Amino acid sequence: MPGPFSSTGTTDVVVIGAGPNGLACAARLAQKGRRVTLLEAEPEPGGGARALPDIAPGWPSPALAHLVRHIDPRVEAAMDLSRHGLDWMAADLPTTVLSPQGHLTLRGDQAEGADAAAWAALHRRLMSFAAALEPFRQMPPPRLAASGNAWGQLARNALGLRKLGATEFREFLRLILINAHDVAQDELTDPRLRAALCFDATLGAWAGPRSPNTLILYLDRLAGQIAGGKAALGLPRDGLPGLARAMARAAQASGVTLRTNARVARIEIANDRVAGLVLTDGTAISAPLVVSAIGPKPTLLNLVGPRHLDAGMTTRLRHQKSRGGAAKLHLALSDLPDFGTDPKARLILAEDEHAVETAFNPVKYGEVPDAPVMEIVLPSAFTGGQAPAAPHVLSAIVQFAPHAPRAGEDTARAAMLAACLARLERAAPGIGKLIVKADLLMPYDIERKFGMAGGNWHHGELSVEQMLFLRPLPQLSRYATPVSGLWLTGAGTHPGGMSGAAGWNAAEAILEAGA
Amino acid sequence: MTGPRFDTAPLLETPFHPRTTAANRLQNWAGWSGYRTAGCYGDSEMEHSAIRNAATLYDITPMTKYRIAGPEAEACLNRLTLRNLAKLPVGSVQYTAWTDDAGKVMDDGTLFRIGPDRFRLCCQERHLPWLLDSAQGFDVEIADETEAVAAVALQGPTSASVLTAAGFDVSALKPFRMQDYPFRDGRLLISRTGFTGDLGYELWVAPTDAVALWDHLMAQGAPFGLVPAGTEAVMLARTEAGFLTANLDFIPAQQALREDRVRSPLELGLGWMIDWDKGHFTGRRALLAERDGQLSRWAIVGLDIPGNVSAEGSVLYYGKKREAGFITAACWSPTLKRNLAIAHVAARYAACDDLWVEIYAQRELQYHKLMLPVRKTERPFFAPDRRRATPPGRF
Ligand SMILES: Cc1cc2nc3c(=O)[nH]c(=O)nc-3n(C[C@H](O)[C@H](O)[C@H](O)COP(=O)(O)OP(=O)(O)OC[C@H]3O[C@@H](n4cnc5c(N)ncnc54)[C@H](O)[C@@H]3O)c2cc1C
Repeated sequence: MPGPFSSTGTTDVVVIGAGPNGLACAARLAQKGRRVTLLEAEPEPGGGARALPDIAPGWPSPALAHLVRHIDPRVEAAMDLSRHGLDWMAADLPTTVLSPQGHLTLRGDQAEGADAAAWAALHRRLMSFAAALEPFRQMPPPRLAASGNAWGQLARNALGLRKLGATEFREFLRLILINAHDVAQDELTDPRLRAALCFDATLGAWAGPRSPNTLILYLDRLAGQIAGGKAALGLPRDGLPGLARAMARAAQASGVTLRTNARVARIEIANDRVAGLVLTDGTAISAPLVVSAIGPKPTLLNLVGPRHLDAGMTTRLRHQKSRGGAAKLHLALSDLPDFGTDPKARLILAEDEHAVETAFNPVKYGEVPDAPVMEIVLPSAFTGGQAPAAPHVLSAIVQFAPHAPRAGEDTARAAMLAACLARLERAAPGIGKLIVKADLLMPYDIERKFGMAGGNWHHGELSVEQMLFLRPLPQLSRYATPVSGLWLTGAGTHPGGMSGAAGWNAAEAILEAGA
Repeated sequence: MTGPRFDTAPLLETPFHPRTTAANRLQNWAGWSGYRTAGCYGDSEMEHSAIRNAATLYDITPMTKYRIAGPEAEACLNRLTLRNLAKLPVGSVQYTAWTDDAGKVMDDGTLFRIGPDRFRLCCQERHLPWLLDSAQGFDVEIADETEAVAAVALQGPTSASVLTAAGFDVSALKPFRMQDYPFRDGRLLISRTGFTGDLGYELWVAPTDAVALWDHLMAQGAPFGLVPAGTEAVMLARTEAGFLTANLDFIPAQQALREDRVRSPLELGLGWMIDWDKGHFTGRRALLAERDGQLSRWAIVGLDIPGNVSAEGSVLYYGKKREAGFITAACWSPTLKRNLAIAHVAARYAACDDLWVEIYAQRELQYHKLMLPVRKTERPFFAPDRRRATPPGRF
């Protein structure tokens, strides 16, 4: 046991982790009059949205996340992000599926090709389901076995589902737990559209399109919005670091004290209450309220530690699934690569639904796929023209990558990179010669650099059995923890993601509890 | 798959089996945690009488035993169990219990502090997964040592005399203390513990020395009336003492199928074990809420019942009408000449006023329904001074 706890600073609330959710939570609490200190381990705030080191000298830094799918409207409004510099290079990017049989471009419900009508009908239906589910994201999840439910709001949300009408409601019930592959095969014939559906349903998940319950992940994506635009894909000016900067400025304008280079080593508990925390450099900060946005697992298992928790909860936390399946590829390029299509789009490299499933198969066994599928963004395509010699960066989320490879980390990383480059060469012949530097972050690298358990996108898999009142565990689903004064937020809590919704919900729960 | 099928193969024999089978005139065996142990050697009444008037040997090898060792063993056990290990010196034994997160009892048992960082936990049920889960984050190693340690209980008023005659000086050994003695080429651990509420000891030895120990004790103990005793006699003795047994007096929380069958230590009369100030332990928050909110739903009580018909399995009524609880263990005590019972009563009937027991008494095939008033009484029912006297009495 460490010696007696004596601190060098005092504040009302400490929020740990300045990712989008930590920023949103801190800002909300500060707006409500709390003295908030936000601690971030890295030199820059932003978490998954922050800029990584420059990929090569002269080539701009990418971020882990590269597209925005959702900004919680409450966060966007209350943090006044546009005033703090959030601006969109593109607020509604098209998607182009790259295929040897010809590329296909999608914009919302508009698709090219013979399946256009089928796609439009499917998209509209799924959008209406997503819209009926969306209000559940903006509230703490309902609880089965305890009081404190917002019954009025729950009833309204449930009624919203029922208002789909008998036929659509039945269709909703049929589809809600189905897998994406079956829907793609039932409703679509064009392999490229099937690929798009299957890719988006499993992006960031540890699941292939044939894995159970994958359609609901697609609905979760469709439920997002940007500045009122539903199911939009946004690219901020300066990329995701631009969003991170705006959020950090807004939080500070609300009165949040942001301390970077401040890595929390442990949370101090005295008499079963939070007393404060200690940083890795030994600095102690006392605070009666700590909100952690770094993920339920590292917060409770590492910063708090099993000895302050019940054994059953510790076990359930250890067993909570948090496998990362997405790797992040960055290429510094001497010129814009030619994919044979307009580069000002999100490019999906997956020829059909089977390509997505096949890329997942080896990962189940800790192996690297031969032909990864990927989502590619070429940010320089949007800025091009300003500087003729603008260095080009390719940013790609590549799936699937093993989080605990059998062959060892370095071997797996090298194999994955080789597989990615081979795949890219087929899609954009000649790209190999443009590469100045290549950098690949495997899930275990992501865990190390960002602290995300297992390198998982959501700090813990977002899967049906870990959603809503099961997220991250039933006992922790209302953002409170068994340790009084300690609260959770971040992507590991309901509803997941980087929209700021989890941060906002947690702040609201704290305020409502009068904690 | 090769190897024996545990579900169809005969139960295991303990290291004492060559002797217990020779002594077992009835060949009356009962299963106990995968072992075959004597239910009754010939006459349970006589075996029980020996527990109270002479001395008995009872094979307790099947008791589940865990070895818990490592620099953080104490911290780990403090997080696991209700009592405070800081108060347990080396060479001492603690009767303790532990709960799940909801503060419901999983088992009770005895915890032996063999060294500063080495413990043995003895209990009724198997708990390795829970113990390993509880060890996460602690520098400690936990292993099942049930098969590695043979154990026999030597209980009864002449038990100290038997040990003295056998060459083991236990005159300074206080209750809940243990001591190590050389035996043959190895060691023998003797603890002053037991399950009969009487003067008695438990002897822990390597399985290879088990038969030799048995023979030595039986030879030296003969003048003191030492006989083997079976489970029936021991269970009668434990009921007289008023001790709880897992799966008889409470359902371990991890085994309960029905939501309302689980019990907290407060409900089982084990609240005295809880050290609220030692730091966190599993279940503490739930138990604190139960204590402060007065949320206990049950109370365990000792009862005196008129007559001599055992009330085993009977239901208790308030005002002869409203169901108020049930009896988990009962006997007519030959030692105390009282009709005793251990019962669970709903918390609001904990005072046992106007409480009645409905007993079905079988008399020559026919059942007679008795409705008898009960009286709350202290547990342990049987607690003679000789149980605690140090040096022990020489009977
Ligand atoms: C490969 C990959 C690609 C992704 N791409 C996208 C995408 O394009 N679009 C999208 O919407 N989402 C994407 N995501 C998901 C997105 O990154 C997360 O949902 C998001 O980052 C979660 O935000 P957060 O605020 O909850 O936590 P995080 O962004 O993880 O922020 C947590 C912060 O806590 C800090 N921290 C950790 N430990 C400590 C400590 N001990 N002390 C102090 N600070 C600490 C970290 O440095 C970090 O800044 C991607 C995820 C992955 C893995």
